[in-house]
Amino acid sequence: MRHTCFAVLLICISTLVSALQVEDHRLFSGTGAETLRVISTADLEVFEPYLSAFQSQRPGLSIDYTVVSSSELHRAIKEGAIFDLALSSAMDLQFQLANDGFAQSHQSEATAALPDWARWRDLIFAFTAEPAVVVLSTERFRGLSLPTTRQELITVLREYPERFDGAVGTYDVRDSGLGYLFATQEARSTDAYWRLSEVMGRLNPQLYCCSGQMIDDVADGRLALAYNVLGSYAAERLARNSKGRVQILGMQDFTNVILRTAIIPTTAQEKDAAGDLIDMLVRLGQRDAPDDWPLPPLGQSGRDNLAGFGPIRLGPALMVYLDPLNRRTFLAEWENALEQRP
Amino acid sequence: MVTGLAQQAAERTQDNVLAASVTTIAETLRSEQGEVRLELPYSAFSMLGAISEDRVFYRVAKGTTLLTGYEDLPVPTASLPSGGRVVFDTGQYSGEEIRMATVSRLVLAGTEPVPITVTVAQTRGGIASISADLSQQAAYLAIAFFLVAVSLSAFAARTSLRPLNEIAAAVSRRGPSDLRPLRRSAPTELAPLMTSLNRLMERLGQSIRSAEDFIAEAAHRIRTPLATVRAQAEIALRSVEDDDQKQRLRQMIRAIDESSRSAGQLLDHATVIYRTDDLVRTPVLLSDLVGRTVAGLEPTAAMKDIHLSVEMVKAKVEVDPVLMDNALRNVLDNAIKYSPPETTVTIAVSEQGGEVRIAIKDQGGGLGDGPIDMLTKRFQRGANTQGIVGSGLGLTIAKDVLVAHGGRLELESLQGEKGTCATLVLPSS
Repeated sequence: MRHTCFAVLLICISTLVSALQVEDHRLFSGTGAETLRVISTADLEVFEPYLSAFQSQRPGLSIDYTVVSSSELHRAIKEGAIFDLALSSAMDLQFQLANDGFAQSHQSEATAALPDWARWRDLIFAFTAEPAVVVLSTERFRGLSLPTTRQELITVLREYPERFDGAVGTYDVRDSGLGYLFATQEARSTDAYWRLSEVMGRLNPQLYCCSGQMIDDVADGRLALAYNVLGSYAAERLARNSKGRVQILGMQDFTNVILRTAIIPTTAQEKDAAGDLIDMLVRLGQRDAPDDWPLPPLGQSGRDNLAGFGPIRLGPALMVYLDPLNRRTFLAEWENALEQRP
Repeated sequence: MVTGLAQQAAERTQDNVLAASVTTIAETLRSEQGEVRLELPYSAFSMLGAISEDRVFYRVAKGTTLLTGYEDLPVPTASLPSGGRVVFDTGQYSGEEIRMATVSRLVLAGTEPVPITVTVAQTRGGIASISADLSQQAAYLAIAFFLVAVSLSAFAARTSLRPLNEIAAAVSRRGPSDLRPLRRSAPTELAPLMTSLNRLMERLGQSIRSAEDFIAEAAHRIRTPLATVRAQAEIALRSVEDDDQKQRLRQMIRAIDESSRSAGQLLDHATVIYRTDDLVRTPVLLSDLVGRTVAGLEPTAAMKDIHLSVEMVKAKVEVDPVLMDNALRNVLDNAIKYSPPETTVTIAVSEQGGEVRIAIKDQGGGLGDGPIDMLTKRFQRGANTQGIVGSGLGLTIAKDVLVAHGGRLELESLQGEKGTCATLVLPSS
């Protein structure tokens, strides 16, 4: 009887996993039989160097890498999908998983060396700190002074509505977990957020699920500016192929800094390997110099962040905006502001 | 106990924060178009995150229907007081012990008010670790305090017992007959001990002295009538003619002599003990002293035709002359007593190495085979003394006197020739 139940459960789980909206997937084959299953929100091209480095330490290990959106990742883990490691930039969703008991603890020298704000209860570990930035097209902003604060940005958008109509992009916070986190934290921290949203709403904003696409559209000239883009991605793409067409601006009045975090789901089967990968990521996160790795270290953000705010705090307060009632209220307001149909 | 207190303090802190959190949430409850609305304020959870890294759960329900939060979170079953009073409870959730704060409020939904319960729960891991930290610190403090207390009390005990040890050492350093009162500075706490110790010694000294007085008195009282009896016996001896009766009277006289002598020596002994307690030294020319004693015993020696030969050097000693005379007389008397008639007893005074030696040699039977030490004990007599009058006190008296003066009595059987050599050794002045 019990076996039947277990079989049914397995089938259910596999159905769920197959129902996952996978954005990208690759198997890095190793020489041995073990496979480390990683679910992540980081694009393959960004994260491949880390996986290669880890595999060079453990050549026997195969790594099965699945890229999903942050809300998909949250849903999959919550529904019991079998993964050994979950890496996400949506720290609120990651925190909720840890709080609700979907993560198991991991302790090592590397994690003990982390500052207090970069871990919570040996369940969740931060390994990058990435700011939200504005990416703008040099071409479209020709002749205009570049805004450095939200107030200046609002002024620019108000003064040249014809130039920016349909050319402003931001996250669709209904789809993107990271977009929702940026929006809620910003709404909490600065009054300018809602005014900016109102102004953007009048300019027929384009809504995106992911940072990458937004940056590409700015580079192609389809967008004049993309608001609230994950800085690390922007920098990475900029370095690769923009040829000066794209510029990155950090808002000086206030900048959100998110922590990319790792948890080991309770369903993990390769706990040791997952722990080792966390240790490697955490050690890289504590490096001093911003060398060739695609993602910035934890310490870097503190110096770049001109407004002097630290990263968003890992704590139960993150769950406040995940509450369905709060989310409904927030989304209603957001839709009011962003989707103005004249 | 400390652990309990620490835990209580930590728990109270958690309760306070939970109460604040649940109240902040309840305050956002309102009714809009017949629907209950609320917002979780950011601060409601950030304050919980500030005290510890504990997991947080919450639940808001209208009656029994969930509005938001964790559906399966346990809620207090007891009826809740309305009016914003917070009720606390502990329970189990998601595999951990949790502390819950619940508050109930009536909100007008549609036409009638409905009770809304808000529960905020937090695991207690952080609380446990805080209280563990606190009680560990308290334990370290207690251990440190204990160690300090122990070393201090050891020090205090040693310091306060030092005078007592000094008194004990002073008492045990004393000679056997030194019963003077202790004169030492002692802390006031020890004054009663000192007083009673001194009183004990005084009583001991008194009882020794009264025993000696008794012996002296008794000896004196016996000697006087004995002299009378002896005189009467001598007269009777002269007046009877019968040989049998003469023999009997001679035995009587002998016995009287022995008793008289014993009484004399007891008297001497008592004198010696009494005077050595409180020795008065006067500088004496040894030749005078010896000369006087020898002269005193000349008649006794003459009765046995014993020649006393004196060899003198000029020596000066600081002694109690009465005691020294007593000692010398007893030794010399012994020599005469145990010498056969028509022999010589030599008294030789010499001085060497800071000591004055008075050697008295006889030509008698020696000391016998027994241990020589025994001879100077009270009432002990040599193995070869049958037939000779004696009490066994003579050498004891001599030895006591010499020891009291810081000297000694040496006894040896003369090798090669017959006889004994008794030497009185005194430190020269």
